Amino acid sequence: MTVKVIIPTPLRPYAGKQESLDCNAKTVGEALHKLTSQFGELEKHLYTDDGRIRSFVNVYLNDEDIRYLEKEKTQTKDGDTISIVPSIAGGAAR
Amino acid sequence: MSGSAILVLSPPLAEQIRAHGAETYPNECCGALLGRDGESWREVKELFPLVNRRGDSPGNRFSITPEDFRAAEQAARERGLDVVGWYHSHPDHPPLPSEYDREHAWPWYSYVIVSVEKNQAKQLRSWRLADDRMRFVPEEVAVELRLPAAREASSNR
Repeated sequence: MTVKVIIPTPLRPYAGKQESLDCNAKTVGEALHKLTSQFGELEKHLYTDDGRIRSFVNVYLNDEDIRYLEKEKTQTKDGDTISIVPSIAGGAAR
Repeated sequence: MSGSAILVLSPPLAEQIRAHGAETYPNECCGALLGRDGESWREVKELFPLVNRRGDSPGNRFSITPEDFRAAEQAARERGLDVVGWYHSHPDHPPLPSEYDREHAWPWYSYVIVSVEKNQAKQLRSWRLADDRMRFVPEEVAVELRLPAAREASSNR
């Protein structure tokens, strides 16, 4: 399955300045792992130390948040688009 | 840290951030910085104020949803700009990134923080996350863009 992974602006410097990447993957998780295998510096920004997708990293298969599908096991089909969309959060230390 | 090192933020835009922080006090305000990124500078051209979606603890947390993120990106595109960073306020707290800020930060973006004490906006600073995610690095804030060519032209007058 050839899928397109859209890379958000803040991560492009770590992905050869590319806006998107085509790869062969049967699931969303496989596509993301192919991305981080090719661009190792992306891993710490997408995954926690124990290998879970960070809470402020939202992954969409076409227009659906994968949290409401099968998460990283969500199957892909030819021509699908996977988007990495940031949430922004923070706050004072109290 | 990848990218530029100076954030150009005009006094009227800095004042808008301060006013937003004072308006939402004692809660945190938040919004997007729309602008252009260059090799050695990054210029904020416009702000895109957003609603703090962190309803359970808005006094010391802020949250910008993916939907709001997309709205900010869309607004930037329509103006021929990029989202180059984000701003938020620290009510009754210095403009220093917290551990929570660091844990949730993205690289590349400028994070402007304004402190608000008793309804009065005070110091404003900007920060960038280090590549290794271990710390924030202070980002110089300049009030105007000074290109070498512009300096040269003005000195020849």
